[in-house]
Amino acid sequence: MFEIAAIVIVLGAILVLYRALKGPRVYDRALAVNIIGTKTVILLALIGFIYERPHFLDIALVYALINFIATIAFLKYMETGGLD
Amino acid sequence: MIDFMLLFFLVILAIAAISMKDLLSAIIILSAYSLIMAVVWVRLNAVDVAFTEAAVGAGITTVLLIAALSRTKRRERTSPQPAIQKQKSMTRNSILSFIVVMVTGAVLVYGTIDMPDFGDPDAPANLHVADRYIEKSYEETGIVNFVTAVLASYRGYDTLGEVMVIFAAGIGVVLLLRRKREQ
Repeated sequence: MFEIAAIVIVLGAILVLYRALKGPRVYDRALAVNIIGTKTVILLALIGFIYERPHFLDIALVYALINFIATIAFLKYMETGGLD
Repeated sequence: MIDFMLLFFLVILAIAAISMKDLLSAIIILSAYSLIMAVVWVRLNAVDVAFTEAAVGAGITTVLLIAALSRTKRRERTSPQPAIQKQKSMTRNSILSFIVVMVTGAVLVYGTIDMPDFGDPDAPANLHVADRYIEKSYEETGIVNFVTAVLASYRGYDTLGEVMVIFAAGIGVVLLLRRKREQ
């Protein structure tokens, strides 16, 4: 059951990957990568349950916490042309 | 099944990151690569490596690359050479580099033929000191987790050296960035 869910999530991520590769704007790529990150969080939680090690949930939480840093840096670069 | 899909994902992302003409897009794709790579590490049961990959690969490296990018330009500069000559030298270069890559790959594959199977208990890496760490590390060091015991006690000087390298690198980066700001 969990495995089917994980496969479906990866398939969804592959659909989003098309947007990340095709673009056309940089914002589309950033949004797509952000969605891939969110899917990664869910995938990690599922993998934890597939292996019957639910404490992998902690890693998923940490991922959710650091997922947005890259996006913030990217948006700041697009707005001001630098990170200072 | 999931493994193959993740590896497929990784290959596509790697090729895309190399072939992107826009460096900012390449950085974004690389951060996605790090995220998927971290999932692969978790699949291989290397949770600590996955943590590092997510924090350093997807988080800090992206920020550092964007910081580096803000001091240069995003787009590739077109070369001033005439187009026909450029095309000719490009085909020659790509054929040459393809041959070099194939030969290197063949040598690397040849080198892995002798390696033991994945997770083989009779592999040399598993016969050497692993048993002693597992059985004796609590008596000898008093640390419950034996990965921590190996890193912080048995290989203490090694870890100390690593910390010093990272410290020196950090100081160097801080000094460089400061100097830039004062100008």
